[in-house]
Amino acid sequence: MSGKNLLLTEEQRELAEMAAQIVNTELAPRVADLDRTGEFPMDVMEILRNSGFYGMGIPEQYGGLGFDNTTQMAIYEEIARVDAGFSFNFALASGEFGILEDAGASEELKKYYADKILSGSVCSFCLTESQAGSDASNISTTAVREGDEYVINGTKCFITNGALADLFMVFAYTDKSKGAKGISLFLAEKEDGVKIGKTEDKMGLKLSVTSEVIFDDVRVPASRLIGQEGRGFIYAMHALEKARITSMIHALGIAEHAMDIALDYAKVRVTFGKPIIKHQGLAFLLADMQKRVDAARAMLYYSAAVLDRGLAVGTLSPSTKIFVSETAMSVTTDAVQVLGGYGYMKEYPVEKLMRDAKVFSIFEGTNQINLMVSSGILEHMK
Amino acid sequence: MNILVCVKQVPDTTEIKIDPVTNTLIRAGVPSIVNPFDGYALEAAARVKDKDPDTRIVAVSMGPEQAKAALKECLSIAADKAYLVSGRRFGGSDTLATSYILSRAVRKIEELEGIQFDAIFCGKQAIDGDTAQVGPEMAEHLGYPQVTCGLECRVTNEGLEVIREGENYNTRVAVSLPCVVTFTKPSWDPRYPSIKRRMAANRADIPVLCENDFPDMDDGRIGLKGSPTHVKRTFVPQRKTGGIKLEGEPGADLAKKLYKALNNAAVI
Repeated sequence: MSGKNLLLTEEQRELAEMAAQIVNTELAPRVADLDRTGEFPMDVMEILRNSGFYGMGIPEQYGGLGFDNTTQMAIYEEIARVDAGFSFNFALASGEFGILEDAGASEELKKYYADKILSGSVCSFCLTESQAGSDASNISTTAVREGDEYVINGTKCFITNGALADLFMVFAYTDKSKGAKGISLFLAEKEDGVKIGKTEDKMGLKLSVTSEVIFDDVRVPASRLIGQEGRGFIYAMHALEKARITSMIHALGIAEHAMDIALDYAKVRVTFGKPIIKHQGLAFLLADMQKRVDAARAMLYYSAAVLDRGLAVGTLSPSTKIFVSETAMSVTTDAVQVLGGYGYMKEYPVEKLMRDAKVFSIFEGTNQINLMVSSGILEHMK
Repeated sequence: MNILVCVKQVPDTTEIKIDPVTNTLIRAGVPSIVNPFDGYALEAAARVKDKDPDTRIVAVSMGPEQAKAALKECLSIAADKAYLVSGRRFGGSDTLATSYILSRAVRKIEELEGIQFDAIFCGKQAIDGDTAQVGPEMAEHLGYPQVTCGLECRVTNEGLEVIREGENYNTRVAVSLPCVVTFTKPSWDPRYPSIKRRMAANRADIPVLCENDFPDMDDGRIGLKGSPTHVKRTFVPQRKTGGIKLEGEPGADLAKKLYKALNNAAVI
């Protein structure tokens, strides 16, 4: 076993094990098939939801469990060890409550959102557009006020959970002339007329459903403007600062899973009369892989603790994002190497992990954008 | 409806190995779990509660202090309250003594809870001892009717209706209350624990009932003294290998095949 966060409390460990038991029974045997079909197993989501794993971060006064980032990540880590695409979608589907708090949304809206999520609604974060990925303020979606409503028009792409969602946190220009300060955030609902475009066929992370989301004269009541007009971009940046840490837990799960498989294999595969872990070339490779996993885990949980204490994360956010995603990519690549020819075959699970890992250096800001964010912080640091 | 669910903490036999020299179980590193059949009994009780939320489910286990972990598991799944029956003098009890102690515990818990149990649900058997005796013996000690090998049950105006598993067919049995029902593996899986229940279970008080709580218990009927069963020898049965399976409709054709196979093997 590639190790765990030893600093978890007894209760955090128990809850993580509960989640592990569910996904090991209900999801693990189906992962290879779902990786081929690209389906999202709603039934597993339902089982986890019945056990209370959905919307765990929603504060208690809104009906949730008010779990901190560390506790949630300990749970998602176990789910991600089975499938990171599933855990990523599952976590994001109920995980955007923090945006409402950050935006100082009205009590009614917070309660409305929490009730929806806790009764099973799926949320999606709609920022990216085909011309606005890294350059997020280049979006062209607009929201025009008409009486008590806003009319939203535009097309979002690469939206996680888009096709499964009934709630959409959508970023749109209310005043293009103000640049990034003209972007506002809205809560739109499927029944407002949001349409789903094409669902992407991706390289990996297949269980995570990624789709185009189309707003064609979608009318939302003015009460579903989140926070203030013109502050949407700031809310997005705050959300990403946190997500760059929390969403990397899924990448850690991938790295750990790959490490576990490589280690098991290296102990039983015999060449030249001994298990390959006894050959120094591979023994040192395995030790080096474990070093990276250990470092990624330590960094992630350190950053989570900083978030949980409400301290400024600064460069930790981009640094963690880059380091953990790079670890997932390098460890899975090395795991394929350890398994040799078998590692390259679809019959064995590591090639899938290598495909799953790649996207973590692309989304939540590419690693290059994160270097830009980090160097920007360094430049202004006293 | 008040239901008492009896559970036993057992080693996870899927993880267990036997020492070929001493013929004893290698217990080191083997996780303890709630006996799966008792899990089905708890699920049956939970299903009664799904239909009638006023149902009260109490779990009881007899065993050492560690068995509280099994009770905590029951609390995180469906039980409202749990009791542990534990005492030095209870040690070494066979099924007869255990069922006697548990039947006394039923009365004690009824007194403490201020309720009367309408039904006592047990697993058909424990996966470690495999005797399937404790449930039926409890029914005898209590003077209650019993249904064994239940798959599912339903509350009726007269009592319970239990679907009982048979070898070739199932039977539907009506039983009056109070009663004892033992459960076997149904076609559905038991529910998972929930976070909220698990966190409450971690903070729950699990009272321990010891010898002193049963002042009028007959000492000659508990522990080793009260156990007529004595283990003469334990051994690992020899594995039989080989064998063939003939398939088809029972009748002359199959008999001919069997004759041919036996003839070829030169045994007839």
